[in-house]
Amino acid sequence: MSKLIFEKNLKGSNSFTLPPADIPEVDITSSIPASFLRETAPALPDISEVEAVRHFVDLSHRAYGVDNGFYPLGSCTMKYSPKINEWAARLPGFTSIHPYQSVETVQGAMELLYNMQNMLAEITGMDAVTLQPAAGAHGEMTGVMIIKAYHQGRNDQGRTKMMVPDSAHGTNPATANVVGYDVVEVKSNRRGLVDLEDLKSKMSPEIAGLMLTNPNTLGLFEEEIQDIAAVVHDGGGLLYYDGANLNAVMGISRPGDMGFDVVHLNLHKTFSTPHGGGGPGSGPVGVKSYLADYLPVPMVDKKDDKYIFVYDRPLSIGKVKNFYGNFGVIVKAYAYILALGAEGIKDAAQQAVLNANYLRQHLKKDYHIPFDRLCKHEFVATAKRQVDENGVITLDIAKRLTDYGFHPPTVYFPLIVKEALMIEPTETETRERLDDFLQAMASIAEEARNHPEIVTNAPHNAVITRVDEVTAARKPVVKWEDDS
Amino acid sequence: MEVPKDLLYTTEHEWIRVEGEQVYLGITDYAQDQLGDIVFVELPELETEVITGDAIAVVESVKAVSSVYSPVSGTVVESNIELEDLPELLNEEPYSNHIAVINISDPDELEDLMSPADYEAFCAEQE
Repeated sequence: MSKLIFEKNLKGSNSFTLPPADIPEVDITSSIPASFLRETAPALPDISEVEAVRHFVDLSHRAYGVDNGFYPLGSCTMKYSPKINEWAARLPGFTSIHPYQSVETVQGAMELLYNMQNMLAEITGMDAVTLQPAAGAHGEMTGVMIIKAYHQGRNDQGRTKMMVPDSAHGTNPATANVVGYDVVEVKSNRRGLVDLEDLKSKMSPEIAGLMLTNPNTLGLFEEEIQDIAAVVHDGGGLLYYDGANLNAVMGISRPGDMGFDVVHLNLHKTFSTPHGGGGPGSGPVGVKSYLADYLPVPMVDKKDDKYIFVYDRPLSIGKVKNFYGNFGVIVKAYAYILALGAEGIKDAAQQAVLNANYLRQHLKKDYHIPFDRLCKHEFVATAKRQVDENGVITLDIAKRLTDYGFHPPTVYFPLIVKEALMIEPTETETRERLDDFLQAMASIAEEARNHPEIVTNAPHNAVITRVDEVTAARKPVVKWEDDS
Repeated sequence: MEVPKDLLYTTEHEWIRVEGEQVYLGITDYAQDQLGDIVFVELPELETEVITGDAIAVVESVKAVSSVYSPVSGTVVESNIELEDLPELLNEEPYSNHIAVINISDPDELEDLMSPADYEAFCAEQE
């Protein structure tokens, strides 16, 4: 294991010298109160420029992204980020403007925001869209705040609970909790879908709504979505669409047509902008007309051929982010939508579904598929056979995949499936690349049968092998300290 | 998998030991085995009024975070603070380490809990 930059400290190796100040020097204690001043210097490493550069270049070589290879991380939609998006976001008309500039001087950027609001409304079947939220969970929070404002606006104060299926993304109950709701879990039925009877039994005047992903985290389309919507609406609740899995259905079916009232999107998943640490993200929220007044300020509107910000919205939940959202990310997603067009959007969804089903069909030779029927953009396999027959668990298979040069799928999620391997190939992978992955998975199954220790001791090629996750979680060491 | 005969059980994989008007509550051997190494336990506050089905504690393992639901209505009169520093006790001896003690307000609710035999059958069904 290589050293931390603090451990590379070598006294005197930082050879920078600063020139004398060209303004009068002032004693810092005369201008800042003593309570705000530290008495000892911070423990910054003393390191030369070349060693600092090598340190970070070395770390960067260990990163793995979609530009390195296949990244089938279920529910994360790790599709390729086309480089033309970067070109668009770097156009000087977008990078050289300032959010405080008067809107008359940035009409191009305003037009883009306005068009994007409308395009996302069309794709989701919603009536109005805000582009402000910074990422998916932030969009969820915005959406659920709107649901809360709606109930309060009707003076319906008794709704203190939010329903969330047991297969939901963890952010759903977390969001409901942050907005002030208690969470009521709805069970899945034997087909992996929302149990309609359980839903009916839990719907009550205390329920503010249901947060749902469709297709769900098993990659299965909620076939009874219209019945689900009717139960929630008849009970006075609203239906929230977690857009994490929109890639499966975009251009084909729309949350608005399914009965959803609020939807958030992840531009960094579905609309190809960089994901994770390479983000930032963007989590626009769309609503039906009867919720539009609650959207954050400002909204972008068009009046007499001029684009304007509208702040006069007294029912709005307020601002949820500084300025107008992660603008550069919105530009990239806009470029993506225009590049694909209506047909391309639909084609991307169909290819994503085809790729997932291709992998599902071929993986079942060696791996257990608990819900083995036509899936959407992703599916769940498990290590059941390997656990039972070879003593090899999902974690071992995931670690071994890194030796074969692949990023592992999402593991141990959704929680309702034991030893889950949740696989989402996305539409941007070629059949050849999918075959490489299938070959690696077949080889690992073969190793599990004949030489299980190869798999249980994996990874063999990584800088760090198995981490002691249990001790790390029970006794976390979260910062470096000088022991010397 | 161990299912002691002197306890009652819930479908949420909790065990209950009744002592007079108090019930001791913990998670079962099956639950700890499914969760894997437990790394953190969030305990209920004393004097909390609970009704049946309320989430009163959280058990976190390296694999998952699970709520512990109160099997009865009543008042929390004790939390096992030893678990704050030693969450692994729930893995090592799940039936000797309770999470909380609840003063029950309606003893009739105990009728709804599962017998050891029913619970064993329930777990077998989960496989």
